[in-house]
Amino acid sequence: MKDEHNPGTAHLDLDTPEAQLRLTQQERARRDETFLDANELVLNMGPQHPSTHGVLRVILKLDGEKVLGTECVIGYLHRGVEKIAEHRTYTMFNPYVDRMDYVAAVSNGLGYCEAVEKILNVEAPPRAQYIRVILAELNRLASHMLWLGTHALDIGAITPLFYTFRDREEILKIFEKYCGARLTTHAFRIGGCLYETYDGFEEDVRKFSKFVAPKIDEYETLLTTNRIWVERTKGVGFISAKDAIDLGVTGPVLRASGVKWDLRKAQPYAAYKDFDFEIPIGSNGDTYDRYLVRIAEMRQSLRIIQQAVDGLPEGPIMAKIPKVIKPAVGEIYHSIEAPKGELGYFIVSDGSTQPYRVRVRPPSFVNLQALDKMVRGALVADVVAVIGTIDIVLGEVDR
Amino acid sequence: MVARLRQRFGSGISEASTYLGQNYLIVDRSVAYDVLALMRDDEEFDYLVDVTCVHYPERAKQFEVVWIVYSFARNERIRVKTGVAEGEAAPSVVALWGTANWLEREAFDMFGVQFDGHPDMRRILLPDDWKGHPLRKDYGIIQQDNEWVRINLGIESGQ
Repeated sequence: MKDEHNPGTAHLDLDTPEAQLRLTQQERARRDETFLDANELVLNMGPQHPSTHGVLRVILKLDGEKVLGTECVIGYLHRGVEKIAEHRTYTMFNPYVDRMDYVAAVSNGLGYCEAVEKILNVEAPPRAQYIRVILAELNRLASHMLWLGTHALDIGAITPLFYTFRDREEILKIFEKYCGARLTTHAFRIGGCLYETYDGFEEDVRKFSKFVAPKIDEYETLLTTNRIWVERTKGVGFISAKDAIDLGVTGPVLRASGVKWDLRKAQPYAAYKDFDFEIPIGSNGDTYDRYLVRIAEMRQSLRIIQQAVDGLPEGPIMAKIPKVIKPAVGEIYHSIEAPKGELGYFIVSDGSTQPYRVRVRPPSFVNLQALDKMVRGALVADVVAVIGTIDIVLGEVDR
Repeated sequence: MVARLRQRFGSGISEASTYLGQNYLIVDRSVAYDVLALMRDDEEFDYLVDVTCVHYPERAKQFEVVWIVYSFARNERIRVKTGVAEGEAAPSVVALWGTANWLEREAFDMFGVQFDGHPDMRRILLPDDWKGHPLRKDYGIIQQDNEWVRINLGIESGQ
């Protein structure tokens, strides 16, 4: 961003990595000094700020209302999940993954269980895979509902929050009836599922999908053509497909920029290859398109859930796995399409009962890095909108 | 692709194989950057999934840096790995993929591996003045930088 009338911003022209590489530490210090002399403002947003969705601190460099650059300070919620994994058995580590993206715990568990199954070279039985798909898609709905409610609240629309939380409650009730927990579900085990579906599970899920389909239309009546919503989101936080790929952005944010890529289709896991669904994409790569993509995704999730419930096969829910899980020496990377993007697990086994290394590839962490690109040149109020639209969960950013 | 890489880099590619259906390459540190650049430019591996590290204290080259790259066009994922000894630096790929910036910072934070050419090699999750790199094998699970805890939190221990 070159501003000839304001030489103080020259040091922020660091858009290209080459330019960043040229900077020595001394130059950096000198530039920071010039920066302080100019009529610019450094504003701290967070870590205790309602619209940062947790403990995220963003240092904003401002020229009046205009954002010249940002720096994210993260790590406030770092619990050392990857270190803990090395000191637990494969089975013991399973509940810990629920605490990363705690609004989509089912997806975390699904990714981890599948990764361990892959390194053990076993496959969960079809019935277990269908149950996994139903719960994971319900969780995607719950995650998107929570995102929509809080995102709209950040921008100033209060009503969607009540609507989405009312409907999300129905999903949490199904989780509670299925496994006893609402948020940190620990629904799956390595090799399949621990619990058989309860009596009336299918009925509940069918009832829920009938109930929620018109509710999604209802959210749209509140927002899609709402003039305030459109003005606050259209053209805000733009990111091109090229930049999104360069920054490793995945999930709805990538798809809203026009890249038709979803791991459920590209590299189907669980039972996703059995179902018929679309990958909604956007074209403008702005906050409004990301909203439309997520709304469309919710409808697709409902389609998947209905197909899965109708086709739920009979049979065992647990594969034959050894009592003590001891994968052979080797390593595996497995990733799934979590509500926020590509969630990957890189597991290294040394042949013992404890993993030698577990690396979590968190979608929120990687997507958050795009914040700077998306808000440069925008207004302060847009930062709030963009943080919301990236849909981060700090538990996963910091792990 | 492997044949082409071998032709170009010769013994720089020390292993190319498959485990459980997943392909990986083990390359020498000196050619790692060129291999990755070539994969991005000529083989369409346009998405850097992850940069991470594994610590093997008993090896001469203690740290294994792992790059996971993916190609949208080929729908293929591949891991590129290289060994890095204590005090050596791995090449930074920030100039190839912007996403490497934070991922390399995290690897540095957790393992203390330097990335040569990174524009901003600082810690990312832990405080800047923290001592030690927690994901190293010699760092205990309840170990902390007690001095940091005392000074900054005003308590004797975080445990």
